[in-house]
Amino acid sequence: MALTRRQRRSAFRGAQYILLLVIVLVLAVLADWTRIGHAFFDLNIAAKQFPDVITVALKNTIVFTALGFALGLALGLLLALMRLSSVGPYRWFARGYIEFFRGLPALLIFLAIGVGVPIAFPNTHLPRNVSIMLALGIVSSAYMAETIRAGIQAVPRGQVEAARSLGMSPTRSMITIVIPQAFRIILPPLANELIMLTKDSSLAFLLGTTPAQQELAQFSRQALLQAKGLTPIVVAGLCYLIITIPLSLVQQRLEKKYGAGVPAGGSV
Amino acid sequence: MTAATDVIVEVSGLHKAFGELEVLKGIDVEVKRGQVICIIGPSGSGKSTLLRCVNLLEEPNAGKIVVNGSEITHEDVDIDAARRGIGMVFQSFNLFAHLSVLDNLTVAQRKVLKRGKEEAERVARDNLQKVGLSDKESSMPAQLSGGQQQRVAIARALSMNPEVMLFDEPTSALDPELVGDVLAVMRQLAEEGMTMLVVTHEMQFAREVADTVLFMDGGVVVEQGVPAQVIGDPQHERTQSFLARVLNPNHQGG
Repeated sequence: MALTRRQRRSAFRGAQYILLLVIVLVLAVLADWTRIGHAFFDLNIAAKQFPDVITVALKNTIVFTALGFALGLALGLLLALMRLSSVGPYRWFARGYIEFFRGLPALLIFLAIGVGVPIAFPNTHLPRNVSIMLALGIVSSAYMAETIRAGIQAVPRGQVEAARSLGMSPTRSMITIVIPQAFRIILPPLANELIMLTKDSSLAFLLGTTPAQQELAQFSRQALLQAKGLTPIVVAGLCYLIITIPLSLVQQRLEKKYGAGVPAGGSV
Repeated sequence: MTAATDVIVEVSGLHKAFGELEVLKGIDVEVKRGQVICIIGPSGSGKSTLLRCVNLLEEPNAGKIVVNGSEITHEDVDIDAARRGIGMVFQSFNLFAHLSVLDNLTVAQRKVLKRGKEEAERVARDNLQKVGLSDKESSMPAQLSGGQQQRVAIARALSMNPEVMLFDEPTSALDPELVGDVLAVMRQLAEEGMTMLVVTHEMQFAREVADTVLFMDGGVVVEQGVPAQVIGDPQHERTQSFLARVLNPNHQGG
């Protein structure tokens, strides 16, 4: 007998729940939970991580990310404006920069700054925070430049025309009208970039570390040498989530707040 | 007043082409202070392009445009300064989407005219009252109906104290029941003596408010004169067939 659509839907959903239940039961029966507990989350080992995992490692991760993001955003905006410039050489430079740095692994850029800069400029000694900021800024600026350019181009042409017809100069229109709207449009990809940068900051170890300068990934690697099991990694992982999940929540709130400020097609 | 200062917009020998497509083929228009000129014509006739040339949103290929004594088509003119005196209202409203209604009205006053916050807000509130939207000053544009958005756009242009207002099909994007409010505001402006150039399909409005009606087709002004003449008793065959189609859309064959 043929099933009605409603019956078919509920039968299908029921089958999925049963499958899920079976998987959970099999895992619960077969897995050795004490061993897993020891390997991944030993409370004694976890306790030893504190407070340094917060006061040093988490703090450094946040500081490195913030420095890199600030530089990346500033460079990215500059490059985006250069890409849209009417002056050819600006466009070509921005294009070349973006293609070059977007195509390289972040790892190579960290190595280039860690090894290359001292060789190329023997007398300069960059403070470590500056090196990290440079590396993360260069990595993220290439991506952000393209995101910001897309945002600027997504602002409807009529917004500029309205600004110009009120007597604003091209520069004034860009600063007052276009860029604020572009950033509302690109909020989701910018938040993405910030979260990716949080994780890329783990490459800071390539620029050499003293214990006081360890960020989360390096800190957990050191801890791993002294501890049995993977507990330090789990702790570090949780700390990354402490950073990234609130960022997602902030992003959601901003999107909600600015939802009414994102340009619509212009019709009713 | 001498005849020279009486003329506020003077367009002569205006040509404009987009690539191969010649949109304006030699236009001469003269607008006197306080006049309301309605420009009518089929789509593609160049009427919006003409209007957009008057504040140089489109750059003419040839010809001369003088607005309020300054020749805006001259290479060395400060176009930003010239535009302050020319208000523009667009078909698609173009309110600044990220700013509240009040900020839409004050941003150019403050950044361009360098008015203080208090003065700018006072001017803005006066103009919001004029268009009947005093209660909407803290709304965002997206929260308003199309008719309300267009009235805010008119108030925004008025806040710069323009000498002349350009309207580019201001009611074409509106639902029919919202058209009346916008036209009422424009009618009131005309009665107060504002100089207005209006590209429109609202024949009733043109008939009642315009001092001069310009009929354009194929990039030239085909016919111009008082509304009773151009709309009421058109001489040219192209004007007659256009009006027949507009005034009686169900009638086939024009």
